[in-house]
Amino acid sequence: MSIATSSQMVEMTFLKALNDAISFSMRNDSRVIVLGEDIAGGAGQGAPLEGSMGGTFGVTKGLLEEFGNARVRDTPISEAGITAATVGAAMGGLRPILDLMWASFAPNCFDQILNQAAKLRFMSGGQAKLPLVIRMAVGGGLRAAAQHSDTLYPLFTHIPGLKVVVPATPEEARGLLIASINDDNPVIFLEHMALYRTTGLVQLEPIAMELGKLGIMRQGSDLTIACVGQAALLGMDAAELLAKEGIDAQVISLRTLQPIDNEGLVACVKETSRLVVVEEGPPRCSISADIAASINESLFGRLLAPIGRVNSAATPVPFSPPLEDAHLPSVARIVEACHRVMTF
Amino acid sequence: MMISLQTLEHSFREMLRIRLFEERVRREFGKGDMPGFVHVYVGAEAIAVGVCSQLEQTDMITSTHRGHGHCLAKGVEIAPMVAELYGREAGLCHGRGGSMHIADFSKGVLGANAIVGGGIGIAVGAALAAQTLKDGRVAVTFFGDGAANQGVLHESMNLASIWKLPVVFVCENNGWAESTPASYSISVSDVAIRAAGYSIPGVVVDATDYSAMHVAAEQAILRARMGNGPSFIEAKFPRQVGHFVGDGEAYRSRDDRKSARQLDVIARTRLELESRGVDVGAIVDELGKLIGGELDSAFAAARDSKWPNIDELESYVYSN
Repeated sequence: MSIATSSQMVEMTFLKALNDAISFSMRNDSRVIVLGEDIAGGAGQGAPLEGSMGGTFGVTKGLLEEFGNARVRDTPISEAGITAATVGAAMGGLRPILDLMWASFAPNCFDQILNQAAKLRFMSGGQAKLPLVIRMAVGGGLRAAAQHSDTLYPLFTHIPGLKVVVPATPEEARGLLIASINDDNPVIFLEHMALYRTTGLVQLEPIAMELGKLGIMRQGSDLTIACVGQAALLGMDAAELLAKEGIDAQVISLRTLQPIDNEGLVACVKETSRLVVVEEGPPRCSISADIAASINESLFGRLLAPIGRVNSAATPVPFSPPLEDAHLPSVARIVEACHRVMTF
Repeated sequence: MMISLQTLEHSFREMLRIRLFEERVRREFGKGDMPGFVHVYVGAEAIAVGVCSQLEQTDMITSTHRGHGHCLAKGVEIAPMVAELYGREAGLCHGRGGSMHIADFSKGVLGANAIVGGGIGIAVGAALAAQTLKDGRVAVTFFGDGAANQGVLHESMNLASIWKLPVVFVCENNGWAESTPASYSISVSDVAIRAAGYSIPGVVVDATDYSAMHVAAEQAILRARMGNGPSFIEAKFPRQVGHFVGDGEAYRSRDDRKSARQLDVIARTRLELESRGVDVGAIVDELGKLIGGELDSAFAAARDSKWPNIDELESYVYSN
């Protein structure tokens, strides 16, 4: 690749960026396979029907045609069985990418995630290598109600042995997914549903992003708004509103929750001395609580205000639109939290 | 069913080796310095040996909390196994796993698994890898009658069947899931019947009859190796020992326990060998000395060997 090519940027949807990351990785390494419910669609019917769906959201569209049904496998609705098979396939020498459709379905295969994928390397004293990615759609806002809207960010982050990735932009989606596929550990890759149709500039050349490094989406000197995944878009909107009041907010996409870029975060908050953490998900035992604790430990004397937290309400995600809107973090609530932190 | 005398004698030696190992583990556990708890493979030897003696080193197995027999039959060495039982750095898993999680990837042992049914889907995935990579390997999963009622078994059988994966399901039915009898908890008389629901050939085998076990395993492994898909073997035998070492089996009648001990595969195979003219007494003496000596030094070495360094507490969580 020439430097000139690699610096070229193209506009791409989040969805296309994910698709691109997978097909790029599959072309590069024949051990990469994808499996999951409806990831091709029409399994066994043959062209032109087969593969026409490409996953519930269309992320895996076109892969069946290019890579064939040995490497692109529609599965039965058997979350425990297919997740266990993903773990075994990784131990047997493949680099599988499992599409679990929704994170709310993860409880059906929690043994395979918690007891198998996360622990086998440790329990075998480093013998097991588990290069696998489990993709799941997360988040509310689509009126999908409680059983299709969980984020579960802290649930996965809590488990040693897993890596947890939460892209916010198409560029992050592609770079982080390539890195996740390249990684020799089990990676939980969480895609917020509200992001699939969003667009952004992406480097033409597919380049892996380092796992464990946050991204600064907006420079600012008055306070830091640290965001988990899609919340970064809300954080950016809040920062624009704050700018009109003369408040200069820095916006961060955390990108990965495990490993977490504590060093990077400390460096940012050292500059601004004020922090608001935004996370879609209930507030107890959350990413925001975890970050507040670690930043307090590192920067207690430097903080000019208590750390602000914006989370979802402590309820399952409601169906009714006004209730769901009230449940989720919003730009208005972020602005409010920033005001509290600025005026402390 | 007759298998060659040479095969039978070889397998008898393998089974006896497992028996000697497990009897020693039981004795040494009683001394109180082995951490945790152990489950021994006494009485089930024909299953591990019948299957693993017909596998290649590169073939993959998943095992259970009662997994010492599978490991030994698949070629795992005694000394690092014993060191693992004692939680030492010299153990196969550097003391991170213990008895219930022994693994030796160099021998195709993808791990004992202490979640009932936990290894089943992993073996199916390993078979998926073998099929995709077209490398001719097969996978075998051992699990107990307790796992017969786990949903993941059913999901895994279905998946293996629709994808025609090179995997063998081996249900070791010793009649008891800890303290719950299979006769109470399983809706069918034979677990193997359930395989038919997934278009998988299923057979019931008397696992106290080594030859029968060997032949069933041979057919299933061959079927997998030829690319003809999965098989299901239900290997039945009575549980001679408690669920774990130290289990008083208060839930089980004295008669039931006594009759179980009378149906022993080692004793039965010994009679068969003798009837075919083999001097089994000589084999028992020879192995008793040989394996006994190996066990003496393995247990002594394990007890004397180093604990894992606490500075390495966080090792092996992630691959770099």
